[in-house]
Amino acid sequence: MPSGLALLAFLLVAVAVSGSLLVASKILRVVSTRKEPLKHATYECGEVPTGLAWMRFHARYYVVALFFVLFDIETAFLLPWATIVREAGARGLVAVGSFVVVLMLGWAWATKKGALQWQ
Amino acid sequence: MNEFLQGGLYGGGIIVAIMSSLLFVLWTERKMAARMQSRIGPTFTDPLGFLQAPADVLKLLQKEDIIPEKADRALFNNAPLLGATVAIAGAAVVPFSATIVGADLEVGVLYLLAVGALGVLPVFAAGWGSNNKFALLGAMRAIAQSVSYEVPLVLAALVPVILAGSMKLSDIVAYQSSHHWLVVWPFFLGIPAFGLFMLAMLAESNRIPFDIPEAESELVAGITTEYTGMKFGLFYMAEYLHTVIASAVASALFLGGYDGPIAPGLWWMVLKTGLLVVAIYWLRWSLLRFRSDQLMALCWRWLVPSGVVLVVGAAVWVVFAG
Repeated sequence: MPSGLALLAFLLVAVAVSGSLLVASKILRVVSTRKEPLKHATYECGEVPTGLAWMRFHARYYVVALFFVLFDIETAFLLPWATIVREAGARGLVAVGSFVVVLMLGWAWATKKGALQWQ
Repeated sequence: MNEFLQGGLYGGGIIVAIMSSLLFVLWTERKMAARMQSRIGPTFTDPLGFLQAPADVLKLLQKEDIIPEKADRALFNNAPLLGATVAIAGAAVVPFSATIVGADLEVGVLYLLAVGALGVLPVFAAGWGSNNKFALLGAMRAIAQSVSYEVPLVLAALVPVILAGSMKLSDIVAYQSSHHWLVVWPFFLGIPAFGLFMLAMLAESNRIPFDIPEAESELVAGITTEYTGMKFGLFYMAEYLHTVIASAVASALFLGGYDGPIAPGLWWMVLKTGLLVVAIYWLRWSLLRFRSDQLMALCWRWLVPSGVVLVVGAAVWVVFAG
């Protein structure tokens, strides 16, 4: 993998550049010596914060996550075929077409059930 | 080893160039927004306000670093770095001219989509790590929105892949320069795919009209609520980087990338990217924001099926007419 090395170098440079900004701020920033207990409290619009924010989510987020996994796998299957559509020809088209039709039947059912509504 | 050095050198050049261009992008956006609202924008630092963005960076560098006592420190402190890195990482495979490219991967489009999907991790790390209700709500909305719009984004990006028969971005640009730019011909595939890509890209990077995750009237500042100084600055920078790089990707995939007459390729790439960035900010200052449920319904009920139709249409076109 020759270009893998180039990518690795690129990513290292990316980390270094954004990291250097944090280092620069560490050197330049002001440090307060006064003890202010409220400064480090969680911000809740000036009220005294109640409880932690680590709580349960609404179930609709899980439905979205499920749909994402479903359709992301679909596109993962489509990607390799997308590069050889010309070579695969009509036969490949029929194969992929039937796969997509089955998937969209599922989508139509989910729409009818109201699972795609954000409620 | 040569490969590694070359990647590092090109990477350094590209990253520094993009980051410096951000100062210009910021200035353009502020001036443009000001004109659209009958204001004159920043003038304090110098008559044109051009030094405002560097001044802002200096200000952010000097700010006190406040970490909430209830925060998860590891997540809270590392999320900005990860966010900025992931935002830059996309630029690695974008060909800025025939020779200027960080790492021209065979699986360029796949890599871009992977990096795009990775973008939800720093958002969640920031939201969960802050231990702040506004931040967590913002993070959850952002993630739901990003993963949803990832699907139409992938489907739209599949159209150029199918037409060019390659996932390598430089191959896709080469195909467009030897045939036509995708928005020119076949325009009935290229223009809808381009529109879908831009729409999904705006939603994925949480820009207006899809900026619900940081709706300041209800969520303070979303995931950046608890951040101060340069850590906030990195999130802010990541947002602008994302816009610029996604515009560059869109021009490579649909607008012919560095292809163009007379002037050298790099100029064309900069021009196309710049126009898209201006268009995005134009939208940002013109439109209102959607509601969460409208946004989700739009994506799953309309954009996903249209993306599927576009992909199948492109394949039929390639097999029977192309």
